[in-house]
Amino acid sequence: MNGKGILSGLLITLRHFVDTYLEDLKVGRKRYGTAEGIEMRRSSDTRGIFTIQYPEEKLPVPEEFRFVPFLVYDVKEDGEKAVRCTSCGICAKVCPPQCIWIERSVDAATGKPIPTPAEFFIDVDVCMNCGMCAEFCPFDAIRMDHDYEMASYDRHKHHILNKERLLKPASYYAEIRPTSYRREEAEKAAKEAAKAAARPPAGTAA
Amino acid sequence: MSEQERRTEPYEIPEEMKSQVAVTTLDKIYNWGRSNSVWPMMFGLACCAIEMIATAASRYDFSRFGMEVMRPSPRQADVMIVSGTVTKKMIPTIVRLYNQMPEPKYVIAMGACACGGGPFKEGYTVVSGVDRFIPVDVYIVGCPPTPQSLLNGLITLQKKMEQESIATSRWYSKAPSQPIPIPVLGPDLMDPRKFDLIRQQSAAKKAAQTADGEVENE
Amino acid sequence: MSDLQTQTLVPQLDTIFPDWVRPDDRAGYQGYIVETEHLLAVAKALRDTYGYDLLSSVTGVDYLPEGKLEVVYHVFRTTGGPIFVYKVQVPRDNPVVPSLVPLYPGAELQEREAYDLLGIRFEGHPDLRRILTWEGFAGHPLRKDWHEPYFEEEAKPYKSRWPEGQVRRAEDLNPFADNVDYPAGFDPESLVPDADDTLYKTLFRVQQAQHPEIKTDAIVVNLGPQHPSTHGVFRMVALLEGEKILDLKPVMGYLHRNHEKIAERNTFLQNMPFTDRLDYIASMSNNFAYALAVEKLMGVQPPERAEYIRVIMAELTRIVSHFIAVGFLLNDLGAFFTPSLYGIKERELIVDIFEMVSGSRMMCNYFRFGGLARDMSPEAVQKTKELVNDRLPRKIDEFDRYLTENEIVRQRCEGVGVLTPEDAIALSATGPVLRASGVPYDVRRAEPYSIYDRFDFDVAYGLHGDIYDRYLVRMEEMRQSVRILKQALRDLPEGPIMTGKPAYQVRVPAGESYGRVEGPKGELGFYLVSNGKPNPWRYHVRAPTFINLTSLAPMSRGGKVADVVAILGSIDIVLGEVDR
Repeated sequence: MNGKGILSGLLITLRHFVDTYLEDLKVGRKRYGTAEGIEMRRSSDTRGIFTIQYPEEKLPVPEEFRFVPFLVYDVKEDGEKAVRCTSCGICAKVCPPQCIWIERSVDAATGKPIPTPAEFFIDVDVCMNCGMCAEFCPFDAIRMDHDYEMASYDRHKHHILNKERLLKPASYYAEIRPTSYRREEAEKAAKEAAKAAARPPAGTAA
Repeated sequence: MSEQERRTEPYEIPEEMKSQVAVTTLDKIYNWGRSNSVWPMMFGLACCAIEMIATAASRYDFSRFGMEVMRPSPRQADVMIVSGTVTKKMIPTIVRLYNQMPEPKYVIAMGACACGGGPFKEGYTVVSGVDRFIPVDVYIVGCPPTPQSLLNGLITLQKKMEQESIATSRWYSKAPSQPIPIPVLGPDLMDPRKFDLIRQQSAAKKAAQTADGEVENE
Repeated sequence: MSDLQTQTLVPQLDTIFPDWVRPDDRAGYQGYIVETEHLLAVAKALRDTYGYDLLSSVTGVDYLPEGKLEVVYHVFRTTGGPIFVYKVQVPRDNPVVPSLVPLYPGAELQEREAYDLLGIRFEGHPDLRRILTWEGFAGHPLRKDWHEPYFEEEAKPYKSRWPEGQVRRAEDLNPFADNVDYPAGFDPESLVPDADDTLYKTLFRVQQAQHPEIKTDAIVVNLGPQHPSTHGVFRMVALLEGEKILDLKPVMGYLHRNHEKIAERNTFLQNMPFTDRLDYIASMSNNFAYALAVEKLMGVQPPERAEYIRVIMAELTRIVSHFIAVGFLLNDLGAFFTPSLYGIKERELIVDIFEMVSGSRMMCNYFRFGGLARDMSPEAVQKTKELVNDRLPRKIDEFDRYLTENEIVRQRCEGVGVLTPEDAIALSATGPVLRASGVPYDVRRAEPYSIYDRFDFDVAYGLHGDIYDRYLVRMEEMRQSVRILKQALRDLPEGPIMTGKPAYQVRVPAGESYGRVEGPKGELGFYLVSNGKPNPWRYHVRAPTFINLTSLAPMSRGGKVADVVAILGSIDIVLGEVDR
């Protein structure tokens, strides 16, 4: 019959429409607003519409997600910030659009460089969120952030991030990237253990 | 009074209205109506356009905010989402489209390329940000910004719209608004507002070259 | 030698044409160098006697130290086999090369690009105008001595970033606050801009030829660059007689982002995220082709697990790209957005996997030289298995039921935009456009790369060469991709994902290489020339949609305006690739 193709197409659209409401009825209130509801709507056997009701519910991003970079600092026992960055400059060299500017500190007395950055700038108008700075940092000092809500009204004030705005604690890093944090801590602990084993025991004459 | 002052002169509330309705309530209702039905112009330039289309699609649906009517014609659009790299060949078209949009109109610069040139900033045909030519209201960074990031930017625009007031808004001033002059494609992109500067710099360059030539000849 | 032998052996050109051809004996280079005056004769012999009927790529290289400009030609046989390379060298101050357009009409847009970016004049080209920049642009940008206004240093990394990182925006250094620069003594008000006069004149040439005795007027209509159906900023200038199209000229360059010039400043590894932004819908495929090209130069092979994951990502990308292509084709036909919504819905689930594995939905930056950046976690593998074994076959069938028998689709697509197989080969079309015309050429079968020779899959092709066949070819390719995915996921081994240690300083020996893959839109190739330094000397992208656009004009002539939009949708262009 002429028109069969169009009719079967319309039936498929109708099926999609009906499926959404049937799903809602079957699953009930927990389909929206709960984490398991979001997971249900994101799995491969989801049926019907799977709209995420932003901003009331936000789709959680996976651990690997990369947006703008941030600098990690550890908190020492006396509460001081220990910035992990040694201003080695590898991230600035590796960055494809060259959006990282690092000013290495210099000891005022001797004129020798100190392994900590005096200033650290990232121009987010140029950053392409590629993650290469984070990938090649040898000190686990710069990592990619998950915060994507960065809309602003004036780019000249807000879009060159300096060291203060970039520093975030290691606890935040552990929260957003638990697997990577655990792996890096394990590697650091293993290295420390290897160094301790290689050192001569205390008390023997050198 | 200068052109600029005339443009931002407050709108005079007519006599018969002064006693009838308080302007702040009028503002609230007016802004509520406007911010919940912002119609974007279908204006995708590059990769960010795919994220904009994904935002319009069913997972991140922006018709929940009233923005589902994406009009390709600028005459029927409220906000121009500049999504993607702005190149010199395209900027005359963009400025023309901005001039054709009816007021009140807004511009969102989506993505690093529209904000400030992006990763392609060093190229010879890339404009360092669309705000070199048209005024931008909201900047959204990212390469590309995820759909949730774009929705956050749209909500920021709605917040900005809700703070406007009819009395002080530049759309309702007495003088007609001036269109932005369209850039010309010559040996390089030329902004008509900078013709004097161009002439000056080129003359200085020529003087420097002839001075060098004389020094070499000597 | 019998015909069959000449059609299958690789000819030793220097023994066949001893006075005109010599082998290219530079270290790391292949192919032959042909004398400029005899280029057409040699090319004709290659095409007619030796069966190299498809001209894949025409590109130019600037060898400033030797004072030469070189034009490199890559041809292949549609019956299968490796690429054949030959070159022509001309002096830099007067570069004139005979055009290959009379033999291979597909060279038209590529020769225009070599003229625009390098200044090589092609004699005998029907319409030599600038293509990616505009008429009146000062200089030829890809030449080594041409510096862009924001020029800092010849190669990255720039010294100003570290250790004296005094941050400033690049436009603060330029007096015009933008990256513009003008010739000395230039007066802007005295300039009469071209305003497309050159373009319109080429259109009227067609019209005058038809009725030289009568002065007639035909309407010129511009479709784009701001148009809902042009898939991006693409412009077509059509010469109309009523609704019928007499001639059509594509105009591009509205998204020219100087990818090739920037790539010459980047190191090899820094180029990887830029390749994501070429065909931005199928970024894993671009990464794949670039990684293959560099690995050919370096001589490294990735380990087994990395090869399998690469194939999985490439095939998932193909499915994503075809869902979007079919969705947007239906958009152009008027089914306002519903098929796209269903396609994008499936794309979202696949793109979730990309985000889990590489960190970004679209700009994946996942491949490295010798393997991959990160491993696929077991939950990502599990999720992919669920998607591939259960959901995708079901949804592709539903899509098929939804659209294929639809009367409106059939009436508007069958018999429209017909491209005969001979035309398709002559116009250098590749990908679904070529296969729908009856030429079953697929790089995964003709010159298998990576581990594609281990998988069992069919090459989809059509016989009519119209829009409907291209749509059917894409649907069938999605099914074949699912077949490959099932096999790859079943056989995925454990093991390392990188040969050697991950390093940001890559040593690439001198030489040239051409790495190509079967992307979702056609044959995507990267031509790289390295001189041993950390950054490439020449980097060229053989973009499939750019070259497929040469067939737009022949397919649209005689049709109606509404058909042009559908034909453009069936070629499936992506502006990031067309304009680079």
